[in-house]
Amino acid sequence: MTILIETENLTKKFGELTAVDNVTLQVNDGEIFGFLGPNGAGKTTTMRMLCCLISKTSGNARIDGYEIGNKKDSLKIRKIIGLVPDNVGLSEHLTAYDNLDFYGKIYDCTDAQRKENIKHILDMLGLWDKRNVLAGKFSKGMKQKLAVARALIHEPQILFMDEPTANLDPEAAKTVRDFILELKKEKKTIFLNTHNLDEAQRICDKIGILNTKLHAIGTPKDLEQKVRGRQTIISLEQVNKKILDALKKLTLKNITTDGNKVIFDVADPDKENWAAVEAIVLAGGHVNLVNVVGSTLEDVYLKLVRESE
Amino acid sequence: MRLSKAWLIALRDFKVFRQQKNIWYSIVVFPVIISVLFPAILEFAGQRSRGLLTVANLPNLLDSFSFFIVIGAAFIPLGIASYSIVGEKIEKSLEPLLATPLTDGEILLGKAIAALLPALVVMYAGAAVFMVGVDAVTFGKLGYNYFPNWTFAFLLLVLVPLAVTMSVLYSVIVSSRANDVRSANSYSILIFLPLLAIYFASEIRIITLDMNGFLIIAGILSAVDVALYFIGTKVFQREEILTKWK
Repeated sequence: MTILIETENLTKKFGELTAVDNVTLQVNDGEIFGFLGPNGAGKTTTMRMLCCLISKTSGNARIDGYEIGNKKDSLKIRKIIGLVPDNVGLSEHLTAYDNLDFYGKIYDCTDAQRKENIKHILDMLGLWDKRNVLAGKFSKGMKQKLAVARALIHEPQILFMDEPTANLDPEAAKTVRDFILELKKEKKTIFLNTHNLDEAQRICDKIGILNTKLHAIGTPKDLEQKVRGRQTIISLEQVNKKILDALKKLTLKNITTDGNKVIFDVADPDKENWAAVEAIVLAGGHVNLVNVVGSTLEDVYLKLVRESE
Repeated sequence: MRLSKAWLIALRDFKVFRQQKNIWYSIVVFPVIISVLFPAILEFAGQRSRGLLTVANLPNLLDSFSFFIVIGAAFIPLGIASYSIVGEKIEKSLEPLLATPLTDGEILLGKAIAALLPALVVMYAGAAVFMVGVDAVTFGKLGYNYFPNWTFAFLLLVLVPLAVTMSVLYSVIVSSRANDVRSANSYSILIFLPLLAIYFASEIRIITLDMNGFLIIAGILSAVDVALYFIGTKVFQREEILTKWK
């Protein structure tokens, strides 16, 4: 699989303040990468560096092989990317169509290409009927959709989206998320800044958790398992000392009880749960239910962010 | 530097300006005042006090009046350029523009053209009406049409573009520090005060606004433009705009 976005120890300092500290990551072609982190974590700064809007202090980064920080490559990078900034930044005194047409011209799209792309994207986003309305008269959700459309007008290889669903009502946020998933079907590579964990879990192939430093990176499932592992909850008719002693002889970790439930951490649920059930039965216990619970992305996120603070 | 890209930005800004009545007022007011008011003043003064406007002092007075075209040229772009940049700051529409494959210079040039061109067009139109009006009023006294002449041509072709350029570059610098159009305008006003001072200095005969005076002013404006260009291009850089502009 081709690596489209690659950083090695990417760092940005503003005077004494380190905004982004030694971030190393890779995003493959066609992947949706979610950058999770609290406000001020350096997500926007990283995105701006990758979009060649601000300079790096140290480290390296390449977009489709082009070096950020190299003046000639910067123009090439900006040709193949689309940016949806955290503020939509539309020309409010221009119509939706004129907003998109202007950007199409900037990217040297031909007349025919512009017409076709504007129609296609506005249709997909349900805005074609509003094409002649001034952008300033749009609702927040519609403006956000138009900002996404603007970023796609030149059919970029990579789309950078900075908190695209922040401040949107649930319905508008869902439309934008659904659209991102549509783009995934079209094999677009998307770099998504968000602090919406549910959003990241639902649409991202890979997630990085950033709080100035990159604290973890992997698929949502990897992160859930890697950071905290899983828990097993066994409901019994009755918990007694004999059963607990039997369980303690096994390799289980953090054994606790909660009423008639025994709870413990497992690394390999298939093997360890079987052994635990066997031990309970041999100790005279009666098992009602065995439940395996993984830690959620939220748990992982909160744990890492709190640790980093 | 691709002029075609800068032109695209200027065209977009013209479209935006069409929606902005305030900008229209600021563009039109000064040329109207110059082209209508000055001939009217001359006519009025000529009728009221025949000794005031003599063949001997009329040329000096007309040269001084014509300097108001330079002052107007410095005034008009202030509103346009301030709106063009501060307006984008308010709408936060600079970031997506900066993320395109345009260079900082192309964006700056586009913004400059958008402020420069309307100012030149209306001031030249105003100057044409001014010439006709003043000639109509003064022909009887002078026995010939005072305008056009070489001094006025120099004023229009050299001083006016230099004043407009100065005004645009100054607005760029001021806009980087201003958070709204009004405060940008109030700072911008400072740039045409020195020009106003030149006019009043000519009225009290400290300087003479003839060809020699205009040559000196052109030299000073050129130096100021070069200085403002270097400051403006330093201020108008992607990283500066995104991280340091208020």
